[in-house]
Amino acid sequence: MKKVKVFITLKESVLDPQGQAVMQSLHNMDYKNVQDVRIGKYIELQLDDSANVAEEVDTICDKLLANTVIENYRYEIEEEVHS
Amino acid sequence: MKTAVIVFPGSNCDQDMYYAIKDGLGEEVDYVWHAETSLDGYDAVMIPGGFSYGDYLRSGAIARFAGIMPAVVKAAQEGKPVLGVCNGFQILLESGLLPGAMLKNKNLKFICETVNLQVKNNQTQFSSQYDQNEIIRIPIAHGEGNYYCDDATLQELEDQNRIVFTYSGENPNGSRADIAGIINETGNVLGMMPHPERAADALLGSEDGLRLFQSILKHWRESTHAAYTS
Repeated sequence: MKKVKVFITLKESVLDPQGQAVMQSLHNMDYKNVQDVRIGKYIELQLDDSANVAEEVDTICDKLLANTVIENYRYEIEEEVHS
Repeated sequence: MKTAVIVFPGSNCDQDMYYAIKDGLGEEVDYVWHAETSLDGYDAVMIPGGFSYGDYLRSGAIARFAGIMPAVVKAAQEGKPVLGVCNGFQILLESGLLPGAMLKNKNLKFICETVNLQVKNNQTQFSSQYDQNEIIRIPIAHGEGNYYCDDATLQELEDQNRIVFTYSGENPNGSRADIAGIINETGNVLGMMPHPERAADALLGSEDGLRLFQSILKHWRESTHAAYTS
């Protein structure tokens, strides 16, 4: 079993109004050193072992998890350890 | 003209759309459940507004893989008119039938109000009953209607005259180039955030939306008449 951690973020060119609102709030809290805030998504998948997990995850991200018009994704594949 | 109104779990403008066509236009219309797989026999397809699948993941992202969607794509490829309103527009973007994507409204608020739209192209099968550059009053109701596309796509939309409606005056959601509605390259798929079906009767505060449906009907009548006589 593999555990896949998928991180989805808005592309640099895309304005993130949520991130801007959070940054404004941080500035109001006097964290003036915060230069930028970008909000994204974190998704965990559990997959059966197969030879081409990475390929499969790429397809899953391209087709459903991310909208590549506005989002980028990256992921980490970990061995799921059962206790 | 026989029209299908697609119903997803979470659609909430399906009845407005149904009655705009049934009572406003006086044409035949059916609800078609998302799990169906065929749209054979229908002349036009409407994807209504709402929150299909709770807007989980992204608006329209889950609906795009519903059982009915291959039939919607097929209808679009066959040249049948396909109209997506609000969540329907989001679904058309996710399915790739129209270019671009939706972001959260610039002010992060869900906006529900009647806005002014400008008809930027009245040479489409969805807008022929409007005057060019006419200002019409149509309600919007969305949290994610901030249309985004890259520079190349925007250029293409402008060059091909595919921006059908823009917000006139203040842009409520921050959309690129004030875009409120666009069509595909072949001109038979329209996506728009404002709700023409909610403005299809004077009792609703505006009947400016009815002419959009009348445009579709007129085009359908002309094209079927041409088919019979040729």
